[in-house]
Amino acid sequence: MPVEINRGQVQHLVAEGAQLVDVLPADEYASEHLSGAISLPLKTLDATTAARLDQNRPVIVYCWDTQ
Amino acid sequence: MSPRAAWRLESLGFSEVYDYVAGQADWLAFGLPTEGTSANAPRAGHLADPDILTCGLGDELGSVRERVRASGENICVVINDEGIVLGGIRGDDLDGDAGRTVEVVMDSGPVTVRPSESLEEVTRRMQDRKVGRVLVTTSDGRLVGVLNRGDAEFRLAEESAGA
Repeated sequence: MPVEINRGQVQHLVAEGAQLVDVLPADEYASEHLSGAISLPLKTLDATTAARLDQNRPVIVYCWDTQ
Repeated sequence: MSPRAAWRLESLGFSEVYDYVAGQADWLAFGLPTEGTSANAPRAGHLADPDILTCGLGDELGSVRERVRASGENICVVINDEGIVLGGIRGDDLDGDAGRTVEVVMDSGPVTVRPSESLEEVTRRMQDRKVGRVLVTTSDGRLVGVLNRGDAEFRLAEESAGA
C-alpha cells in the first residue's frame, strides 16, 4: 500500500536515492516541477512508460495537491 | 491523481511507493526549489523582506509603540513562539493606552499571501486594493516577511525592461 509522506520526508527520501515522479500532464511538468523530478503523466502510465523507473529504488509520486 | 499513480505503480510491481499528497502546491508554498520554464518567474517570496518587527500577544502596547517608532516603520506583526502570524498592529492601533496588551488591539485577520504566488498577480491585487504592503506567510501561517508594493512594482518593471 502506498505510503503518504510530507515534504520533509520527500527531501529525506530523495537525498537517499528515491525517484521523484511528477504525474501531471507533460505541459504542466514543462512549466514547473520539483527539482529533480521526472515526468510520467498519469494518463500514459503503464508498464512501458514505468520501465524507465528502477524497481529497486523507492518511488515518490506527486501532482498539484490533494485534488 | 497521485494516489491513483501510486497504486498503479504498485500494481506494476513497485514495492516501495510513496505519495506526496500535498504536492507541488505545498512545495511551492514553502519556497522549495523547482525547475521548468516558469520556475524563474518572480514570486512574492522572492521579494519578501524578513526584516520586520514582531511582537507577542502579551506584549504591552507602550513597549511595542516605542520599538515601532524607533524603527521608523508603522507596523508590527504579532506572532507566537512558533513564528505563526496571529495578527498585526499598525497606525492608530499603536496610539492606545500603553498598558494594554497587543492581543486586545491587534487586527487578527491580516491579509497574507503565499511565497509561491506570482509577484505580478499579488502586485495587481495590492494596486487594486490600494495597499502598500502585504504579509507573506507559508501555508501553515509561518511568517516569511513583508512584501512592499513599491519593491514589487520596481522588480516587475525591471523584468519588463529586460524582456
